[in-house]
Amino acid sequence: MDQLLQTLKDGIAIGSLYALIALGYTMVYGILKFINFAHSDVVVLGAWLSLLFARKLEAVTGWGAPPWWAGALVLILAMAACALAGFCIERLAYKPIRGAPRLNVLITAIGVSLFLQNMGQQEWMFGTRPANIPALVNDATLFTVGRVNFTLLDAAGVGTALALMVGLEWLVFHTKIGRGMRAVSHSTATASLMGVPVNRVISTTFVIGSALAAAGGFLWALKYSQIKQTADTSWTLLGLKAFVAAVVGGIGNVRGAMLGGLAIGMLEMFGAAYLWSSMTDVYVFGLLIAVLLLRPGGILGKAVVEKV
Amino acid sequence: MLEVRDISVAYGAIKALHGVSLSVAKGEIVTLIGCNGAGKSTTLRAISGLVRPGSGDILYEGRTLRGVAPHEIVRLGLAHSPEGRGVFPNMTVSENLDLGAYARKRSEHAQIREDREKALDLFPRLRERLKQSAGTLSGGEQQMLAMARALLARPRLLLLDEPSLGLAPQIVQLIFRIIREINAAGTTILLVEQNAHMALQVANRAYVLEVGRVVMSGDAKELARTDEVRKAYLGHG
Repeated sequence: MDQLLQTLKDGIAIGSLYALIALGYTMVYGILKFINFAHSDVVVLGAWLSLLFARKLEAVTGWGAPPWWAGALVLILAMAACALAGFCIERLAYKPIRGAPRLNVLITAIGVSLFLQNMGQQEWMFGTRPANIPALVNDATLFTVGRVNFTLLDAAGVGTALALMVGLEWLVFHTKIGRGMRAVSHSTATASLMGVPVNRVISTTFVIGSALAAAGGFLWALKYSQIKQTADTSWTLLGLKAFVAAVVGGIGNVRGAMLGGLAIGMLEMFGAAYLWSSMTDVYVFGLLIAVLLLRPGGILGKAVVEKV
Repeated sequence: MLEVRDISVAYGAIKALHGVSLSVAKGEIVTLIGCNGAGKSTTLRAISGLVRPGSGDILYEGRTLRGVAPHEIVRLGLAHSPEGRGVFPNMTVSENLDLGAYARKRSEHAQIREDREKALDLFPRLRERLKQSAGTLSGGEQQMLAMARALLARPRLLLLDEPSLGLAPQIVQLIFRIIREINAAGTTILLVEQNAHMALQVANRAYVLEVGRVVMSGDAKELARTDEVRKAYLGHG
């Protein structure tokens, strides 16, 4: 019973993190129909910037125990900085090749990814050594069920992820800009005939996706406290799993990304707890293969009929 | 109101328009008829900024539309109901209508609501289906939605691309009656049609397009009496 509860808790925690990152992949794909391979590097940027901001803040306030607003402030700063980075990436790398063949765009995305990884390794950026982020939450056990502790850190992590997802859901389905995004994702030309400023909608999509990526990086840092260097393979794996979550949920579908993220997180944690813990990657990519074979459009996706 | 001056459009190596000129005066219904591939839709797409003419100029209310983005052209009071209707199937009828007013400012809120009511009065069937997703509508209803949505931009000039395409004769009659009503309420209309019979009935003036060129133009009723048009477009041997 305790193991079940613990596994559920872990699954939700890691799953909501995957979901946050998956949203960025799926939103960009929904609108521009390409996989932004640099997205996971924005997650890394978010994690490292969280670390820098946390250290600065600690130096300024000289905290023994972090004040309650420390985490929120760092999160907001990291999200804002990554939003700006996402805006610049789109403007400088992707906008000039709008309308180019898809392969060109894909190669550009890989180029941006390599650029960010190598920039991050420079000594004047983040360097090549892992670093520890100062504690941002004055952790305490909120309540205990059986032998499973629910801590403030758990609650803050899952709460942040859920709040952001609810916010995004509201933005996409209940605001004017969200309506514009959905219109552009269906047809750029028709959307522009409605007066939707397509370029601005695309910029907004990158800004929002990157801000969510930053939140993902922040939560990752909060959870594991040690941050690996920007080209570390563990980051690639995190990005890949979030991408799998987006595909499993149905690429281009916002709700699908959330669902896919939770599904992947649960699968990993249950597989690790009840089967072999060394094979978590196998479960995730096994699920990807199964979904691609049985329901290629993803759980919430629609099968696309190729028009000839 | 609208003046298209000698525009040429090419898609890659294929030339779609070879110097098309036409004009639309305020209050008119002007129709552009011709066969598949004659360049009718391309002409509309050039006017609303979706394709860029390689040469020539388009003037709307005296100002050039060269280099103006499609979403800005809508703001100038020129709405385009595209070929194939272009409704957003995953959105509700209501959301589709809201998109039609996307270019308008928040301060026009009351006016938008009024226009929405007017559009729904024109197409009462849509009112019954506001919460339904547009993909589940029949072809005729989708056409009504596309037109109602274009009206929500409050256009002074409305471009309609093949509103009768694939519709039952009865619905075609209804759509054309509404086109007249929209025009009577003060909106100028440029209508592209393959159904030359209906188009020439409703229009004041007409242009006949063949392989990217205007081959005939003039009063719609007179054109309908010429042998060339009767033979080629009205099916009178």
